[in-house]
Amino acid sequence: MNLPGGGGGPAARAAAGPPVRPHALEAGRNGAATPGYRHPGAADTLGGHDRPSRDGGVARWEPLRMSVTPVLDLRGIDKSFGSVKVLHDVAFSAYPGEVTALVGDNGAGKTTLVKCIGGIHPFDSGEYRFDGAPARVGSPRDAAALGIEIVHQDLALCENLDIVQNLFLGRERRRGLMLDEAGMEELARGTLAGLSVRTIGSVRQRISTLSGGQRQTVAIARAVLWDSKVVILDEPAAALGVVQTQQVLELVRRLADKGLAVVLISHNMNDVFAVSDRIAALYLGRMAAQVRTSDVTHRQIVELITAGVSGDLGLRR
Amino acid sequence: MSTDIPGGKGPAVKLADADFANDLREHDMRSAVRDYRDRIRSGELGALPAILGLTGLIVLFTALKPETFLSEGNIANLFTQALPITILAMGLVFVLLLGEIDLSAGVASGVCAAVMAKLMVDSGQPWYVAVLSAVAVGIVLGTAIGWLVSVLRIPSFVVTLAFFLGIQGITLWMIGEGGTVPVRDDVIVALANKNMPVPLGWTLAALCAAGYAATQLLRWKRQRDRRLHSRPLQLVVAQSAVVAVVLLAGTYLLSIDRAPSPLITLAGIPWGVPLVGVLLIGCTFVLSRTAYGRHIYAVGGNAEAARRAGINVTRIRISVFMIGSAFAAVSGIVAASRLNSVATDAGGGNTLLYAVGAAVIGGTSLFGGRGKARDAVLGGLVIAIIENGLGLLGTKAYLSYLITGVVLLLAASIDALARRRRSSTGR
Repeated sequence: MNLPGGGGGPAARAAAGPPVRPHALEAGRNGAATPGYRHPGAADTLGGHDRPSRDGGVARWEPLRMSVTPVLDLRGIDKSFGSVKVLHDVAFSAYPGEVTALVGDNGAGKTTLVKCIGGIHPFDSGEYRFDGAPARVGSPRDAAALGIEIVHQDLALCENLDIVQNLFLGRERRRGLMLDEAGMEELARGTLAGLSVRTIGSVRQRISTLSGGQRQTVAIARAVLWDSKVVILDEPAAALGVVQTQQVLELVRRLADKGLAVVLISHNMNDVFAVSDRIAALYLGRMAAQVRTSDVTHRQIVELITAGVSGDLGLRR
Repeated sequence: MSTDIPGGKGPAVKLADADFANDLREHDMRSAVRDYRDRIRSGELGALPAILGLTGLIVLFTALKPETFLSEGNIANLFTQALPITILAMGLVFVLLLGEIDLSAGVASGVCAAVMAKLMVDSGQPWYVAVLSAVAVGIVLGTAIGWLVSVLRIPSFVVTLAFFLGIQGITLWMIGEGGTVPVRDDVIVALANKNMPVPLGWTLAALCAAGYAATQLLRWKRQRDRRLHSRPLQLVVAQSAVVAVVLLAGTYLLSIDRAPSPLITLAGIPWGVPLVGVLLIGCTFVLSRTAYGRHIYAVGGNAEAARRAGINVTRIRISVFMIGSAFAAVSGIVAASRLNSVATDAGGGNTLLYAVGAAVIGGTSLFGGRGKARDAVLGGLVIAIIENGLGLLGTKAYLSYLITGVVLLLAASIDALARRRRSSTGR
C-alpha cells in the first residue's frame, strides 16, 4: 500500500485495502446510494441527519442511519468578529470511530470553527449538540468537561518538563500532598503503549530532547489520556518530515479505531485522503460540503476548497 | 474503508531508543556516567559549575592565605556569612524559576528586619511576634509585587525596581537617618552567633545523612519494583555516601574548638545552619514533590501551555513573589542577628546581587524553568567564600565590587551559553 496520489478516486480507495470497521462498509453503501446528493441550502451530503433540512423549507428527510450518530453536531453556526462574518451557517459533524478532515484555504474559517467547538470563541448563533443533546460550551473548560480536546498547532508542551509531567500537567495525580509519580509514570507508559507509540525511549525524557513527531505524539497522547470523545488536531503534520508524518497519521488512524471522533485539520490532500473517513470543506466561511472520503476524488476536494463547488457538490451559486 | 498508510508498522527504529527501552533497561554505572557526560555536553550543567567554583575558590584562597582561610574560626564565620545570602537566594529561586526577577528582595529583607527590631525595641514585643510580623510584612510586599506583575502585567524588573527605591525610603523613615536599631533578643542573636551543643550537631547530621540515604534507597526500590525509570543502585549509593561525607565533615569542622583563648570553648554548628537545612528540605519537597512545585516549573517553561493545561498562572506568579519576599524577611532577620543591629542601609548595597549571583552560580537559570532549592546553598557558599576570602586578603573595596561583578557576569554567561548549547543540541 502506498499513499494515494493525486488521482486516488473512490474506486481506487475501495480497492485499496481491507475494510477495517463494519460500519464503514455500511456507510459506504449508503454514501454510494446517494451519489452527488446536494443539500438544498448550504451543503451536507452526509446521510447522517435524520432531520428535515433546516433552511430548505421543504421537509426532506434524509436516509436514516442508526449505526452512527455524530458525537459532535453543529448546525447553522454563525460567527462574526465585528463586521467581518467569519462563519456563515456552518454545519459540521464528527462521528465516533471516524476521522473527519476539516479542509479549506487560509482564511476559510477552519481555525475559527475549531475555536468555536473548543469554547475559545463563543459563536453568535447556531445549534451545538454533543452526544445527541444540546450543549452549552462557553469556555475551554466546558469543552474539556464534555470530552473535547484540541491539540493546537503549537502543541503547548513545557520543554523543561519530561513526558510524564507534560501528559499530566494541570491534572496531576496525587497521594495526599505528594505527587503520585509512580502511578503517573505507569499510566503514561500504558497510554503511549496503548497508542502503539514505539519511538519513545524513555517517558522520563524531557520534551526538549524529542523530535517534532515525538512531540506531536505526546501532545496527542495527552489529549486522549482523559477519556476524551472528540480530539481535534490542528495541522499535526505541518512541520514534520516524511517518516514522522507517517507515524503521526498512523496514530491519528489508531485514535479513530479506538472509537474516538477525530477531527483533522490539514492542508495536505495526501494526508487527508490517507486517513480520513469524511471530509468537510470550508469555503469562505461556509461549509461547501461534508462528504465521505470514499465518494470523492482528490480533484473534487481541491475544487471545493478553491471554488466552493465541484460538479454537483458544494455551494449553490 | 482502509487506512492507506503504508505498512502495518512504523519504520524500523533502533531498539536502543524505542519502546521505552531506556526505562526498562537495567542501568549500570557505565551507562549512568555516559548519560551524565552527554547531559553536560548538551548544556545540562546542573551543579557542576558551582562545585567546580567551590573547589577552585577553596584551593585559591587556601594557597593565598594558608594560615587563616582554613582555620576553624574562619570556617564557622564562612557559614554564618553565607546564611543570609543563601536564604535570600532560596526565595529568589522561586521567582527566577518563572523567569521573573525581584530586585527589591534585598531591601525587603532590610525593611522586614527593621520591623522586627522596632517591634522588639520600641514596643517590647516578644521575639516570635516580631519575627512573625516581619515575615507578614514580607508576604504583603510580595503580594503587592506579584499583583502588579501578574494582574497589571508590568514587567517584574520595573515593579521591583520601584519597590527597591520605595522600600529603602520606608526603612529610612522607620529607623531615622543615620540611625541603627539594636537587636539584643537572645533568641534572635543566637541564630547567627550561638552554636548548637556538639552532640546535638552530630546527632542531627547523622540523622540527616541517614534520612537522605533512606529516602533515596526507598525511592529506588519502589521504582525498581514497579519497573519504572530508575537510576543505577551504585549511583544512588554513591550519592548518599557523598551527602553523608559532606554533612559529617562539615559537622566535624564546626565541632572543633575554635575559641581564640584556651580558657573557653567555642564549638558546634551555628543555629542558623539547621534553619537553612529545614528551609532547603522544605523547598526541595515543594518544588519536586508537589503539584504546586510542578506548576511553577510549567509556568516558567511555557506559561501559555500551563494556562491551557488549566493552571492558574496568575496565582502561581503572585505566590512566587510572596515566597521570595517572605524568604527575604527571614534572610533580613538572620542578617540582623549576625550584625546585632539593623541599620538604615540594611539589605542595600550588593545584598541582592549576591543573592541573585548565588542562585545563578548554583545553577538556576535566569530564563526560567530551571533551578533547584539546593542551588541557593551551593551558590551562597561560593559567594560567601569570595566575600570572605577577599576580606582576608584585605582587598580594597573597589576591587571587591569589581570581582563580585565579574563573578556574577561569569555565572550569567555560563547560564546563557548552556542554554544556547541546549537549544542547539535539542535539549
